Amino acid sequence: MRLAAVSAEGLSIGLAPGLTLADARARIPGVAVADADPYADALWLERIADGCDRYTPMVAIDGPNGLLLDISGAAHLFGDEAGLRTDLLARLDRLGMAARAVIADTPDAAHALARHGDDIGALPVAALELGSAETLALRRAGLKRIADLSARPSAPIAARFGEEATDRLARVTGARDIRISPRRPEAALVVERRFAEPIGHTDAALAAVEALATEAASILDARHRGGRRFEARLFRTDGLVRALRIETGLPTRDVPLLMRLFRERIDALDDPIDPGFGFDLVRLAVPRAEPLAPLQLALEGGTVAEDELARLIDRLSTRLGRDRVLRHAPQDAHIPEQASFAFPAAAPRTIGPWPASESGEPALRPVTLFDPPQRIQVIAGVPDGPPQRFQWRRAAHEVVRAEGPERIGALWWRRADNGGRTRDYYRVEDTHGRRFWLFRHGLYGRETAAPDWYLHGLFA
Amino acid sequence: MPAPNHLLASLRARVDAIEGVKPKERARFALGHPGLDARLDGGLPLGRLHEVFAAQPEDQAAAIAFALVLAMQGGTGPVVWVRQDDAVKISGRLHPPGLVDLGFDPARLVEVLAPDEKALLRAAGDAVRCPDVALLLVEPGRAARTIDLTATRRLSVAAEASGVTVLLLRGSGEPAPSAAHSRWRIRAVPAVPLEADAPGHGTIDLTLLRHRGGIAEFSLTLEWNRDQFAFREPALSGAVVPLPAHRPAVA
Repeated sequence: MRLAAVSAEGLSIGLAPGLTLADARARIPGVAVADADPYADALWLERIADGCDRYTPMVAIDGPNGLLLDISGAAHLFGDEAGLRTDLLARLDRLGMAARAVIADTPDAAHALARHGDDIGALPVAALELGSAETLALRRAGLKRIADLSARPSAPIAARFGEEATDRLARVTGARDIRISPRRPEAALVVERRFAEPIGHTDAALAAVEALATEAASILDARHRGGRRFEARLFRTDGLVRALRIETGLPTRDVPLLMRLFRERIDALDDPIDPGFGFDLVRLAVPRAEPLAPLQLALEGGTVAEDELARLIDRLSTRLGRDRVLRHAPQDAHIPEQASFAFPAAAPRTIGPWPASESGEPALRPVTLFDPPQRIQVIAGVPDGPPQRFQWRRAAHEVVRAEGPERIGALWWRRADNGGRTRDYYRVEDTHGRRFWLFRHGLYGRETAAPDWYLHGLFA
Repeated sequence: MPAPNHLLASLRARVDAIEGVKPKERARFALGHPGLDARLDGGLPLGRLHEVFAAQPEDQAAAIAFALVLAMQGGTGPVVWVRQDDAVKISGRLHPPGLVDLGFDPARLVEVLAPDEKALLRAAGDAVRCPDVALLLVEPGRAARTIDLTATRRLSVAAEASGVTVLLLRGSGEPAPSAAHSRWRIRAVPAVPLEADAPGHGTIDLTLLRHRGGIAEFSLTLEWNRDQFAFREPALSGAVVPLPAHRPAVA
């Protein structure tokens, strides 16, 4: 086991990342260690990145331990660039994070400066982050610093150390500027409110959200648009953020409706909103807006006919999650479980016509389908014959009538090995008149020696 | 005798005052079988709560089919089906091609999956107040403990106010006190076989256990015909062994 990361105190007494744990213990017997958890680190970095949204919407994760913020046109809100940097470092300090922040003209320059030094020219060539072989070759050639490289013509460098070396050099020195791609796309509309005195109650924060929603609604109204998605972000003073997202099936700018959905959302949260030391920034974003004509109320005291069902779907989707409020659409597939698919009712789509069933026939497809099919014990007269008796959920069922097999092949063209087993479906009825849909998985003798049986669905 | 009619009338008025506004007499919908509808005085009222029980856990699919038939006969508007996760575990997920085979148009269906009974009742409470919904199906899991007299009363009062017909699919539980307008027990029975001894059209044995309008308990065996959109009596054929009306549960 090796040390993955070392605190500042550890560094000062001679520990370094990469040292074996036994070595470290030998040097400092009482050294405190914890298991490295890169996943939790990444999650924490995401949360800090969320908090950095207060400075600019253009935030990107940079490696396992870095963040890149594009503060073009945003720094004046904090006085100047240095003011923004001070504010950011103060907040991180309050979270107990040791951080290094630099401001540079291009993302790559900022990346290199934050990790390797204060002056671009004086940075070691390792700051180019080329492969170890190239870095070594550069050093052996006597090119130890960035300044050594940038003083020379680029063609010989490219010829000797590869195209990438000149490319990286151009990016770090700022000759080539490649913008960051932000973590989330820019919202169609953002309104926010800052508080000099942090607000300590969730209700007060919700009132702020309501005020913002009213503001957003009037802007949307002027643009003849309605929002489909809304996201309220409550920024805590210590830099953490709580996000509340809602979605509606139809574009809307109805403030009471939005607030009702936000309350649903809060009720459905697993852990309640903790204001901590208070929220100092509340932001409402409308990531998705669609055209919505302005409404005119009927003059004679009439009301606008609202789509009540869409409202119900929105409420239920907000409370239970959009994957729990479903509609069904047909799909052209012969595998029974793929003959239809469910999609969130909150995201309407046009549905094709359902294939008509054959007239005169009884129901050939069951009312309910088990997913996955349930394994059953079957006794059949011959291995490839219809079932005679089967055991399901600890009860024995005597098959009186059976129809089949309806042979349904596997989707062999979708599989790498062109394999998959054929299913032989039987519609059976037991002594009590219950009707089941059973299948034998695999053709006896050709695909398998001992085919398994499954119960797939129930008929009325 | 000092006018007992007058006394009775004043008593009625007091009872009415306690009960609040009398619900309006709702339109009825026919179930699609002349004999059955005649017994029900023209069908079941819309905007009420009806309960459907399965005789045995295995009869749940038959109960679901009966509820779907009621949904087809009771209007053409959207159907909201609130299912508890337990119920899905017991009887499987809805299979739209199978619903089409019964004659039901899946485009009408909005399926809501509730993780537990509390969420189920809450979602049902929201859906029953939505006037756009034609019919609400509520399918709790195995042991529906919190669906008692109070919960059903709430649902039925809301149903009367909004006009949404509510069907409560109660599984095979023992009937508990409830405020339902009618209560049915559904049992699958052997269908008339088709050629080559194939299982025939879905056939159910339905029993009216309770009716607010004072209709006595009766039971009928009917076969659902999708093509004609109606129930019919299964044609007796020599191949069918007549069965006693109430067989023991396990043969």
